[in-house]
Amino acid sequence: MERKTRIEIAKPGLDGHDRGAKYIARALKDAGYEVIYTGIRQTPESIVATAIQEDVDFVGLSLLSGAHNELFPRVVELLKAEGADDIIVFGGGVIPEEDVESLTKKGIQAIFRPGTPISAVIDFIESKKKTTAA
Amino acid sequence: MELVKGITAGNIRSIARAVSIIENNMEGKEELLDELHPHTGNAVVWGITGPPGAGKSTLADKLIQKERDRGKKVAVIAVDPSSPFTGGSLLGDRLRMQTHATDPGVFIRSMASRGHLGGISTAAFDAVKIFDAAGYDTIMVETIGVGQTEVEIIELSDIVMLVLVPGMGDEIQAMKAGVMEIGDIFVINKSDREGAERLKAEVEYVLMISEKPEESPQKTICMTSARDNTGIEELYEILQSKYKEDLESGFLTEKRKRRLTKELSNLFYIKTREFLEEQLSVQAQMDSWIEGIYKKEIKPYKFISEKMKELTKEYVKG
Repeated sequence: MERKTRIEIAKPGLDGHDRGAKYIARALKDAGYEVIYTGIRQTPESIVATAIQEDVDFVGLSLLSGAHNELFPRVVELLKAEGADDIIVFGGGVIPEEDVESLTKKGIQAIFRPGTPISAVIDFIESKKKTTAA
Repeated sequence: MELVKGITAGNIRSIARAVSIIENNMEGKEELLDELHPHTGNAVVWGITGPPGAGKSTLADKLIQKERDRGKKVAVIAVDPSSPFTGGSLLGDRLRMQTHATDPGVFIRSMASRGHLGGISTAAFDAVKIFDAAGYDTIMVETIGVGQTEVEIIELSDIVMLVLVPGMGDEIQAMKAGVMEIGDIFVINKSDREGAERLKAEVEYVLMISEKPEESPQKTICMTSARDNTGIEELYEILQSKYKEDLESGFLTEKRKRRLTKELSNLFYIKTREFLEEQLSVQAQMDSWIEGIYKKEIKPYKFISEKMKELTKEYVKG
């Protein structure tokens, strides 16, 4: 039996704009993945604890408050500290172009900026998921 | 097995991995469960079921807190439906319990039903064993939002809470077969809403006129408003005293043995079926058989009894 791909969709930080996160959660469900949706105002700690308990393959972070340069890398660091750096982190939201490179360097494997079609996210997951199969 | 050591030591990653192994039917699953078997039997399992939006997850969230206040370790298995079209799933129960996400004494695992129709997933049965062996004192299993027939939760719970909300219909609904029969505790949630008292009266009436075997324990009704945290203390006390009663009366042991019986016969059924299908090369020949039946060249029952004769010749002596 094929291993199902599991994805956590989480919103770190304090902004309550969850339409993007909900949209992506629903679209990934429709694409056949199992999506664990944790809702708004999550801390990097709660996101990482959830990722480990749920044994996810991916963590998708959505942020519109501007704190992505602090919070996204923090999630990657905490996963590493837990020995769970095989979990792939990607992000989305209003993220300026000039931040993308430094975020990628810090281990966020993809950044999806406003206007990205959902197929780009699915392509990313499909290209990465094989390497995460246990 | 390294994984078994990790689980019994309470290692979070080991437990999470093990649940994935059983959920995906991966290699090593049977050995893992056999190795864990001696370590099970210490946890109490609460089932939480009820229609969509009744407040099952919010109630679970409050009950987690009660258990944590008393120093108990809690695991929650929260099941949501898989799409029959894409196989995808949006697992959103956890959202209501996220305040406990970083508490090391709480483990929440979301599960998709993956085509299983009884209100839980097939893997939920085995996931309970993993959490039990890992030393969780209480395991809550939350079903998908149920309708009238998803009653499988009784097969894995020590106590079933059926969560109802006002506005679902008259007492005839409450008298129907199925889900309404499986509650040990009837929780009337959102009790601040209009119609809660009437619902309570209706459930009371139905319980009063129900014929039940003498030895089976009394069913209880409890009014709660999980959001406002009212009635939770009462519900918690009912859960405690019911567990104690069922344990002392031997009812719980009986229930757990019934559960094992069902599980073992189910395993026999699956394995025998797999074996026989292989012996008869069912997969390879199915298409040609179907062709024959479709064209009326083969009579289905005659065909089956011939196949059975083939089998008996081979496996039954004499």
